Amino acid sequence: MSAHSHVDGQLPHEPEKATLEGRNKVLAFWLFLGGETVLFGTLFSVYLALRGQVLEGNPSANELFDLPLVAAATFILLTSSLTSVFAIQAMHRNNVKSMINWLIVTVALGLGFLVLEVYEFIHYLHMGHGFTTSAFSSSFYTLVGFHGAHVILGVVWISLLIGQVYKKGLNTVTAPKIYVAGLYWHFVDVVWVFIFTVVYLMGKVG
Amino acid sequence: MAHGHTVKRYTGIMDWITTVDHKKIGILYLIAGGFFFLIGGLEAILIRIQLWQPMNDFLSADMYNQVLTMHGTTMIFLAAMPILFALMNAIVPLQIGARDVAFPFLNSLGFWTFLFGGLLLNISWFAGGAPNAGWTSYVPLASPVYSDTHGVDFYVIGLQISGIGTLIGGINFLVTIINMRAPGMSFMRMPMFTWSIFVTSALILFAFPALTVGLAALMFDRLFSANFFNPEMGGNAVLWEHIFWIFGHPEVYILILPAFGIISEVIATFSRKRLFGYSSMVFATVLIGFLGFMVWAHHMFTTGLGPVANALFSIATMLIAVPTGIKIFNWIFTMWGGSITFNSANLYAIGFVPTFVMGGVTGVMLAAAPADYQYHDTYFVVAHFHYVIVGGLVLGIFAGLHYWWPKMFGKMLNETLGKITFWTFYIGFHLTFFVQHFLGLMGMPRRIYQYLDGLGFNQMNLISTIGALLMGIGSILFVVNIIVTSRSKEKLGADPWGDGRTLEWTIPSPPPEYNFLQTPLVRGFDALWKEKMDGNKTVTPAEPVGPIHMPSPSILPFFMSVGLFIGGFGFMYHQYIIGGVGLLITFTCMILRSLYDDHGYHIEVEELEKGVKA
Amino acid sequence: MMKRWPVVTRLLPLLAGLALLLSACGREDLSALRPQGPVAREQFGLMQLSISIMVIVVVVVFALAIYVLIRFRRRKGDDTIPVQVEGNHKLEIIWTVIPLMLLVVLGVPTIQSVFGLAKDYSQDENAIQVKVTAHQYWWEFEYPQYGITTAQDLVIPEGKIISIEAQTADVIHSFWIPSLAGKIDTNPAGNVNRMFFQADRTGVFLGKCAELCGPSHANMDFKVKAVDEASFQRWTTAMAAPAVLPEDPAVAELLASQCLTCHAIGDQGISLYPDLTGIGSRESVAGILVNVPEGEAEYTNEGTVYENLKRWLTDTEAVKPGNQMGQMDLTEEEIDALASYLAEQKLEY
Repeated sequence: MSAHSHVDGQLPHEPEKATLEGRNKVLAFWLFLGGETVLFGTLFSVYLALRGQVLEGNPSANELFDLPLVAAATFILLTSSLTSVFAIQAMHRNNVKSMINWLIVTVALGLGFLVLEVYEFIHYLHMGHGFTTSAFSSSFYTLVGFHGAHVILGVVWISLLIGQVYKKGLNTVTAPKIYVAGLYWHFVDVVWVFIFTVVYLMGKVG
Repeated sequence: MAHGHTVKRYTGIMDWITTVDHKKIGILYLIAGGFFFLIGGLEAILIRIQLWQPMNDFLSADMYNQVLTMHGTTMIFLAAMPILFALMNAIVPLQIGARDVAFPFLNSLGFWTFLFGGLLLNISWFAGGAPNAGWTSYVPLASPVYSDTHGVDFYVIGLQISGIGTLIGGINFLVTIINMRAPGMSFMRMPMFTWSIFVTSALILFAFPALTVGLAALMFDRLFSANFFNPEMGGNAVLWEHIFWIFGHPEVYILILPAFGIISEVIATFSRKRLFGYSSMVFATVLIGFLGFMVWAHHMFTTGLGPVANALFSIATMLIAVPTGIKIFNWIFTMWGGSITFNSANLYAIGFVPTFVMGGVTGVMLAAAPADYQYHDTYFVVAHFHYVIVGGLVLGIFAGLHYWWPKMFGKMLNETLGKITFWTFYIGFHLTFFVQHFLGLMGMPRRIYQYLDGLGFNQMNLISTIGALLMGIGSILFVVNIIVTSRSKEKLGADPWGDGRTLEWTIPSPPPEYNFLQTPLVRGFDALWKEKMDGNKTVTPAEPVGPIHMPSPSILPFFMSVGLFIGGFGFMYHQYIIGGVGLLITFTCMILRSLYDDHGYHIEVEELEKGVKA
Repeated sequence: MMKRWPVVTRLLPLLAGLALLLSACGREDLSALRPQGPVAREQFGLMQLSISIMVIVVVVVFALAIYVLIRFRRRKGDDTIPVQVEGNHKLEIIWTVIPLMLLVVLGVPTIQSVFGLAKDYSQDENAIQVKVTAHQYWWEFEYPQYGITTAQDLVIPEGKIISIEAQTADVIHSFWIPSLAGKIDTNPAGNVNRMFFQADRTGVFLGKCAELCGPSHANMDFKVKAVDEASFQRWTTAMAAPAVLPEDPAVAELLASQCLTCHAIGDQGISLYPDLTGIGSRESVAGILVNVPEGEAEYTNEGTVYENLKRWLTDTEAVKPGNQMGQMDLTEEEIDALASYLAEQKLEY
């Protein structure tokens, strides 16, 4: 089965699964996300084990976290999940222009989230909550930072894909790439929902 | 190549660096893994020389700790796993009737990251000292306070890089086995080796990310003064033990399950009998993989987790004996009523069964937590896991290498030498490790660089050292055998054993780069054997001869791994510019890979027919 | 398969013999196979049970394997194709159920024992409380009921429950007295572990560190000295007595400047490193230089207390690589004077 058998004709309804290569890619990506789940599961466990380890004189989770700011970040990221769904829907309609537009919106929202996160981290640093302050701070920055790094990677990746699709158009090679990037973006958003609950909400309550 | 294609085909060293052919990558894994096996073996010999007599001063205390750490780390991550990857690369696609793995490019990337991670780890010998906190690297001993050389830095970064390769390999083989099977090759018709690789790959996928997090946390502690495991700043040392063993116990099954698969193939072939209880074998393999995730705390019975946890993990661990027992009896009953040939491959496989039983029963003994308070961290444990890993895994690997060598290289390993090697290695193995059970029970802790005279340890340690030397001789004989074999001029057919049962024995030895001229149609379990019994010479093709699409070779995986290697060095020595350059190389290669589509090339029918005639 | 069971029952006497053989294994004061107290005995009992079950399994599997290998080997010229058997449900159920039953036999006493050995004696008035603190590479023993602290030799009364509270001052170690009780790890940061044990008789039992803790992990030995109740009471009194400093003022000055800045003797000095009260009557110097009476040294690590102290003070690194005392800057005469004084620090009990 050749990679470009459909390029000249009409794209099938689900171009990401039209070729064996595409199906392999989508399956592999689901499996990869399974591994990522274990990765974040372990990070969450580490955080839960160490979140109580605030040393004398350092700000506690309750004192640090600013819920309205985090809620705004959550809202932005969840919206970007929705816009990435619109992009995939546009892809299934074979509407390249609309797909690119929605991807651009997604990337912009991702950037907005990152700006808020950087602002938040700088704010914490000023409050005396650095990476090396305590076991709590190390595990906090590592968990949230790993997620942040995933968002950065996603933003860069989707931007590069936008460029590729702009040049090459939508075909059975580019479609699976867009599709798995969408999966990735959803995963990153789901992880954030857990971070919002486990880190921020529980930090405010506990 | 005569045919007018624009695709470059490399030769010589460039061919090996750029190859994406799973068979060549398998050979690369075998060479690299074999190299590290010899290094790890040398380290084992050093350990045994140090312990041959009481209060020996052959190695200093700290050097001994470096050697024992590197012996464990090298053998598990850089020798055993890569050699298994060698066999799974060489054989699994052939067994399921595929032309290649799902992701040839990633396959190559997996190999090169493993190799450069392993090289990085071993460079520590020349850079101020190897890691010295044991392969488990328990903190605080492995923390910057108590281990102030760069040794453990090499451990965390080297393993992190080679771990990427392993994870990639795991995903690749899962997808390959799920999506690339030939028509008719249903899951319940897959050969047992493929099944074991399938489960092992799943274990890799779900176990390695835990190690990734553990290593990252330890790296942050060591390089950037984080406090995960620093008790002074609220860190938790027991947390490392949990993370390490949540990965570490599945790792044991990642190692042993493929050996189970190999033994199942070899015993069935050389008994000329179908594997007894195939479906229960599959079930047992999956169950062992599943249970493997819920028993990690049996490595921590003395950590002080409390009686409830210890009781639960005791029982869960004992349960693993049941599926393992099923396998043992199935192997014996595969031979029952069969026609057993005693060639070297089967000697290893038959030798495996009783040895593994002994490793298994000591495992059940260790599962009884109160008794483990006595066994834990003694030579009893050392004996147990060597019975499982050497007596199980290494014998399995040797069996697999003898069995599939003709398929991989087109030549039979020398039988006489093979048998001599087997007996030397096998007797050496039991001499080395059987007495260690008693050493442990008599009060000898593990990981000690010397023992006092008059404690009653002397004779058994001497016996153990003699055994280790025999194992060393056995390993050298195997290398000699490879050299002798490589000089022979024999040409082998598709099924050199004459008793082949599975698809890999339907194609030439060694196979052409496209494996199957025509994708086979699988009509039952043991596809080739079924056709033989039905009076056919070989399997029916599922397609006419046509142009075969092949992936292009690529140098990018090599450079991506070089980038990680440089980056690891940079961060270790706090040279962030070098670190950044390394990562930049890797990311640039990734972007290049994404931007330039690899359409591969086609081998046309005329060329295929030429190949068949030659 | 079923017909073979009588063979196994006939093998049982052999198993009993094997257990006997095991019990004759190793030194009485060191081997887990020769328990000298109820805790080690209970653990040994579980070992015997599990070994017996496992020997049965091994014998059955080996017998089957040997029979199959001989009976079904391929004869020369034999080219027949064996019957291809898919499996046999009856057999498969048998070898699933029998192991499960064996596991129940082993699992029930295991769980009982896990909970039995987890009993907490820390509030028991009749038990001797000992706080064990592990250091690279020595052991500190504190007796809160008596207000005394000692090192390396854990002196206990025979026949009494010793309740241990174990932790570490640096890396993870593991506290193990094979002939009296299995081990417990010493964790950092106030993560305290408890265990208990008891010695049946008076005598000296060897203890070891069982968790890799650095270069001298191998040298981190200690002794458990079980004495009768009266001796133990005399020992606690003698430990609390004030120190007798050297009569020679030069030696006294040397002791104060070289030793007491880190070590304590009775009421003198600082207790950062091993307490030296009564070091002359200990079983060993630095854990591994075993003290024996004059002329009875048999191995290179044995000598009189005086000889061992001299050896230690002359080159600590050679005895215990990586120790924190480091090389002392002392002349031969000074070493001699300190060793003589320390060797005289004997407790009467």
